[in-house]
Amino acid sequence: MTWVLANLEQILELSLTHLRLSLLPIVLGFVIAIPLGWVAHRYRLTRGLILTLVGLLYTIPSLALFVVLPPLLGTPFLSEANVLIALTIYAVAIMARSTADALASVDPDIQQAATAMGYSSWRRFWVVDLPLAGPVLLAGLRVVAVSTVSLLTVGVIVGVDSLGYLFTNGYQRGILASVLTGVVVTVLIALLLDRVLALLGAWLMPWTRAGRASRRSRVAQPSQLVDRAPATVGTGVQGSGA
Amino acid sequence: MIEFRSISKRFDDGTLAVDDFSLVIPSRRTTVFVGSSGCGKTTLLRMINRMVDASSGALEIDGENVSAIEPVQLRRRIGYVMQNSGLLPHRTVIDNIATVPRLNGVPKRAAHERALELMDTVGLDRAMAKRYPSQLSGGQQQRVGVARGLAVDPNILLMDEPFGAVDPIVRAELQQELLRLQRELGKTVVFVTHDIDEAFLLGDQVVILEKGARIAQRGTPEEILANPASDFVASFVGADRGRRALSIREVDGARVLVDADGNLAGRLVDRPAEASAS
Repeated sequence: MTWVLANLEQILELSLTHLRLSLLPIVLGFVIAIPLGWVAHRYRLTRGLILTLVGLLYTIPSLALFVVLPPLLGTPFLSEANVLIALTIYAVAIMARSTADALASVDPDIQQAATAMGYSSWRRFWVVDLPLAGPVLLAGLRVVAVSTVSLLTVGVIVGVDSLGYLFTNGYQRGILASVLTGVVVTVLIALLLDRVLALLGAWLMPWTRAGRASRRSRVAQPSQLVDRAPATVGTGVQGSGA
Repeated sequence: MIEFRSISKRFDDGTLAVDDFSLVIPSRRTTVFVGSSGCGKTTLLRMINRMVDASSGALEIDGENVSAIEPVQLRRRIGYVMQNSGLLPHRTVIDNIATVPRLNGVPKRAAHERALELMDTVGLDRAMAKRYPSQLSGGQQQRVGVARGLAVDPNILLMDEPFGAVDPIVRAELQQELLRLQRELGKTVVFVTHDIDEAFLLGDQVVILEKGARIAQRGTPEEILANPASDFVASFVGADRGRRALSIREVDGARVLVDADGNLAGRLVDRPAEASAS
């Protein structure tokens, strides 16, 4: 504890750096994965190809990727860019499959109905398919977030400061508290991002809450039936009265 | 008026879903396609709004060949109601009903006003406007589906087994509601069902279909019941058995009707008290 207090400033600074470096790969990975996942979902021919390729990307050891990227991209060896690009690749690897699964999870009846209403396929994708794929997309993105936060610690080996510094520092100098702090704070940041994403999802997809809330009130909270009456028990009454 | 002229449809996998189908669907009447699953009735329905395109033949709406109309534009002027309502689960009731007017560029406020009126029309409490479909019962969802189908006041309303997934009591209620609506609105309704009772109840014109959408018989419910064109039709409508095969039995000078199962169906009178049967 005394070690933590004594190094609080550094821990805070590393945490902020860690958070900052995590965000870009998560966002970029999401944005790149959406069209990839769409193509994989849309055309049976490309599905196997794309998903196998991104699956393979994920199996490349991170350290190898950090080392291979600079000569490939012409970036300096100690540049943040290497780590950011590597993490984006991993994010895409996870997220492209999630996107394909998410789009496949949309009820085909609803897509048919939307087409029958007169949605063009372009508009239907943005207004119907993508939002309805939201819950599965979100699940994928939460995995990406946690995985990115965790993988970023490895970046310290190629000179990119993050909470990983607390590991190497603690290991080299035999300070267990440093290693433990690194683990705890990394987990906390992962949990924080996960929580933020969950809240963001609930805010962007209010209908997912609505369904759950009404089902819960039907079963477990009879007291709420009073003000929810028209939605739950009032069906027959309202219907026959009309 | 909708006219099918020698329409055929062969799907990519080689199945011939519709084989040389011709039919005139009169305006402002309800035409029901009825047949077992796989007979091609839904395919026929979907040809009208080009969800499915015919392989050969011509389909005309008021003399205009649908293949000349851009599908998205065509669909926006034809109401469509399907089984399980097909409501957008991420849109509230009012937004669902306003979907097509909004697609057509009607301002939100006007579209919402119209949606509220439609909720009255189909017998939905306006208090439900802000609910999501998952918060409604199956019957209420179907009502929203019908309201959505009527939102642009289309001449044509396509209904694909719209009451197939609700319980019998609610179904009977919705059927009566549709009859009432149809008396008020007089749309050209094309209705698909596998339930012959529903077909006879709702249809001005009933089209009984066999595999490949071949017309086994076409006519009013009375015509079909009085003169089944074939054994297939007789058996399909149940004219030869059960509660539709009625016989007269004399009891103390009065005549009562008994169905094929021996159950008493009613008493034969000279003239119906009221011409309620259409």
